[in-house]
Amino acid sequence: MKPAALIQRDLLLAYRRRSELATPLIFFVMVTGLFPLALSPEPALLRTLAPGVVWVAALLAGLIGQESLFKSDYEDGSLEQLLLSPAPLEFVVLLRVFTHWLVTGLPLVILSPLMGLLLNYPAAAMWTLIMSLLLGTPILSFLGAVGAALTVGLRRSGMLLPVLILPLTVPVLIFGASTAARAASSEPTAAPLYFLGAMLVLAVTFAPYAIAGGLRVSLES
Amino acid sequence: MIAPIAPPNALSVSNLDIWRGERCLCHGISFEVTSGEALHLLGANGAGKTTLIRVLTGLGRADGGKLRWRGQSLRESGAEYRASLAYLGHSSGVKLGLTPRENLMAAGALLAVPGATDAAAALARVGLAQQTDLPCSMLSMGQRRRAALARLLLVRVPVWFLDEPLTSLDRSGVGLLAGMLKEHLAVGGLAVFASHQPLGLEPFPVKTLLLGEAV
Repeated sequence: MKPAALIQRDLLLAYRRRSELATPLIFFVMVTGLFPLALSPEPALLRTLAPGVVWVAALLAGLIGQESLFKSDYEDGSLEQLLLSPAPLEFVVLLRVFTHWLVTGLPLVILSPLMGLLLNYPAAAMWTLIMSLLLGTPILSFLGAVGAALTVGLRRSGMLLPVLILPLTVPVLIFGASTAARAASSEPTAAPLYFLGAMLVLAVTFAPYAIAGGLRVSLES
Repeated sequence: MIAPIAPPNALSVSNLDIWRGERCLCHGISFEVTSGEALHLLGANGAGKTTLIRVLTGLGRADGGKLRWRGQSLRESGAEYRASLAYLGHSSGVKLGLTPRENLMAAGALLAVPGATDAAAALARVGLAQQTDLPCSMLSMGQRRRAALARLLLVRVPVWFLDEPLTSLDRSGVGLLAGMLKEHLAVGGLAVFASHQPLGLEPFPVKTLLLGEAV
C-alpha cells in the first residue's frame, strides 16, 4: 500500500467539497462570538471565560465534522473495499483520521488566536492556547472517529455520536482549558501540557484498533 | 501479457449456516469452487445471495460451518485471502467526487502489490477512455459501474465476487463483463456471482447454487 497516495486521495476529496469544511469553522466563530453578546462585553469577565469558551467551541465544532468521516465511504461502498483490501485497516484509519484532522482540526487551531483576541485573552499566553489545542484537537478527532466507526451503519447517527463521544472528551477538555487558563494568569503550564501529550500518545496508539474494530462490526450485517 | 495465476486455487465451504436475526438464510450449504470455475448464485429477492457473498468475502459473519481458501481457514489466511479477492457489491465503491482515473489510483494505493495493469489501459478496456478525467458524479449509472469494473482489471487476483454485476450495464457492458469473466477463468481464476440472468460463460463450467426454499 502507498500511504502518501491514500492521504492524497483524502485531501483531494476534501478539496472537492471544501465548502462543507467551512461549516465547522463558521460555527466555531459564531459560538465564540455569541458569548460576549449573551453575557457581558466586560473585558475582565471575558478574559476569565476565554479559555473555556474557546475550548468548548472547538470541541463542538470538531464534532460537527466527525459524522461525515466514514459516512460517505459507507454509502458508496468504498468502506467495504477498504475492509477487503490487504492493507492493514488500523494503519489506514490512522492515516484517515490524521488527514481529517488536517482539514477540520488544524483550521480551528489556526483560527483560535483570533477568537482569543475577541475574548480579550492575553496575547502573551496565545502560544500556550495554540499549543493546548494543537495537542488536544487530534485526541478529539481520534475519539470522534471511534464513535463515527461505531455509528456509521446507523440511519440517524447525527445525534447519537455527540452523546456517545462527549463524555469521553471530558478529560481532554479539563486539561486543555486549564492549560489555557493557567497561561492566562502566568502560572506554569508544563504539567497539563504533558498530560495532553500523554493522552495524544494513548489515542494515536489505541484508537486505531477501536476504530478498525468498530468499522468491522458496523459492516458485518 | 496476462500472467497465469499459480494453482491450487480453491474456495471450499462446508456446512455453512447463516442466520440474520431470527431468520435462517442458509443451512448446511457445502460447495467448492476451483480454478477456472464459476459459481452462479440463484434465488429470489431476499433469499440471501448478497449476505452469502459478504460472508464468503469475510465481511459478513457466518454462524456455523467452515470456509477455506487454499486449504486454510479465512482466519488463518487473513490478509493473504484479502489480497487474492476482488469484490464488486451493490454499491460499487466508486467515489463520485473523484474521476475514474483517481478512483483507480486510490484503489491501487490499497493493494499489496503495485498495480499490474495501468489505469489508462483498464479504463480503455471498460469503455471509459473518453471519461478518464471527468468527475464520476457526471457519469451515468452504467458508466460508474464500468468504472468499478475497471478495478477488477487493475491487478490480477484469483477470486472475483460479483454481486448483481449486470445492474445498470447496457448490452455491450454485459458482453464486456462476460468477456472479462471468461478471460479471468481462462487464466485459472475463479468467480462467485449472484445474478438473475445467466452470464453466458460457456465453455467454462458454471456451478449453480439455488438459495431459498429449495436448499
